[in-house]
Amino acid sequence: MPTFIMARLTFLEAVRRRIALAAFLLGLAFLILYGVGFYFITRETGVPTGSEPTAQLVRSQIFNFLTNAGMYAVNFLTLAMGALVSADTLAGEIGSGTIQALVTKPVRRAEIVLGKWLGFAGLLALYLLLMAGGVLAIVYLQVGYRVPNPVAGVGIIYLESLLIMTISLACSSTFSTLATGGTIFGLYGVAFIGGWVEQIGTLLRNQTAINIGIVSSLIMPSEALFRRAAFEMTSATARALGMSFGPSFVISVPSGAMVVYAALYLIAALAVAVRQFSGRDL
Amino acid sequence: MASQFALETRDLRKEFGDNVAVRGLSLQVQPGEVFGFLGPNGAGKTTSIKMLLGLVAPTSGTATLLGAPLGDRAARAKIGFLPEHFRFHDWLTAREFLILHGQLYGILSARLRERTAELLDLVGLTPFQNKQLRTFSKGMLQRVGLAQALLNDPQLVFLDEPTSGLDPVGRRLVRDIIRDLRDLGATVFLNSHLLSEIEITCDRVAFIKHGEVIRVSELNTLAAERGETSVTIRAGGLTPEALAGLNQWGRDVRADGDHITLTVTDDSALPAITRHLVTHNAEVYAVTPQRLSLEELFIQIVGTDGGL
Repeated sequence: MPTFIMARLTFLEAVRRRIALAAFLLGLAFLILYGVGFYFITRETGVPTGSEPTAQLVRSQIFNFLTNAGMYAVNFLTLAMGALVSADTLAGEIGSGTIQALVTKPVRRAEIVLGKWLGFAGLLALYLLLMAGGVLAIVYLQVGYRVPNPVAGVGIIYLESLLIMTISLACSSTFSTLATGGTIFGLYGVAFIGGWVEQIGTLLRNQTAINIGIVSSLIMPSEALFRRAAFEMTSATARALGMSFGPSFVISVPSGAMVVYAALYLIAALAVAVRQFSGRDL
Repeated sequence: MASQFALETRDLRKEFGDNVAVRGLSLQVQPGEVFGFLGPNGAGKTTSIKMLLGLVAPTSGTATLLGAPLGDRAARAKIGFLPEHFRFHDWLTAREFLILHGQLYGILSARLRERTAELLDLVGLTPFQNKQLRTFSKGMLQRVGLAQALLNDPQLVFLDEPTSGLDPVGRRLVRDIIRDLRDLGATVFLNSHLLSEIEITCDRVAFIKHGEVIRVSELNTLAAERGETSVTIRAGGLTPEALAGLNQWGRDVRADGDHITLTVTDDSALPAITRHLVTHNAEVYAVTPQRLSLEELFIQIVGTDGGL
């Protein structure tokens, strides 16, 4: 019960402090931009318009690519939202002292952490549904194209945002808001660079580079998860050619095991958040 | 470990690295008592309260609240707490804030609505109940914080600097609330810098310094502990004989118009003094024993170095 009270409070805070409003307005601005951009790209560049099978195939590959490029932006915005909302939640409440009247109530500290987590998870779900749904709807309404496996793809992006949010929460239980933000940014950077090193390694068949990429993905699976999500949402034709569509072309696709690893990582991070917060002096 | 005390601590100690914040706190507070917690800045008062409330884990030592060990959730349901420098989710309205904290206490919604209305009324915030706390003055925040500490009809209430930020009307409100709590049989643990507040409201006080209790005193017997009481008399028509006669009960007799002060060794001299003045045809308006001021006692016990 206290978990749900805290979840509701977390949600309400995002609304009252206009965090949700700002995120949704900026999200809307992105969707408008994407919609306009998609419109002009598909009409004013050399997208084949014929009805012969080759033209249709090329066309759907282009639409697929553009959809996934939009999803990459959605992915980034959702991750940023996950990191930002949770970075201050424990550190900030400990710093300001608002936490004191909460934890002295007959509740477990774990319930406070889990409640906040649940609140953020709800917020992220809503945000991602609107953003990803927006991109998919824009593409479908303009050209009638549907990416394969949107549920699996968006689901993996959701897992990724939950992971970042949970790591941020875990850091926030121990470090200051600023240190949390720095850590998350650093981890994201490791994953981002590592992802590209792995792809270049794959292209050049350099095992060391691939290994560096894999290790960085284990440290922070965010980039790898997006590549997996992009793979899920890539047409069978492109997959058959050994690539999938990310923001550019993805040629090194993490296996399903990476998704399982990320889920376990998330559970571990949540356990750390609960443990740290439960054990510390406030 | 059952305890008949509302609050009992044994050698409670807290170290932060090399720094010993609380050296060894041993206290016993009776149920229904209003207990003052006094000490200079940095004496470990706030850390002590934080340990009692489970915000900070003691390095060693034990304590019970309402007979239960520290951190017991069932006991916490019966405890109220007004933290020092009270801060809150200021994007909530006063009413929402109380409802939230009531829910965390596990109070059922019908009862909670009723209790919230009662408390808003008690602290005089009913007209502001739907305003967000960010618009509140410091005094109003202190009031809503106080209401929060009373939501669960607590058996034990911790008030950490409850009157800071309050004007005289607000301070009287706090005093009245403490009195009501005592009438209801609740135990109040009061940490305040305002010695006059402690003096008016508390039954007993503990003086702490360097994280240790150095003395526990009953306020009513403070004068007796010191062995003498200063008495102020207001009377008209005083003759020199009447004045001179006062020396048999006390010393340092001083007269200034209608006012006389003297120091007696025992309160029991007061009726005799009154009788003496009346037989000498003085018109007696007041005979007032002065309690030894807590400030004096504080400085005497804690020292002028402020425990630094």
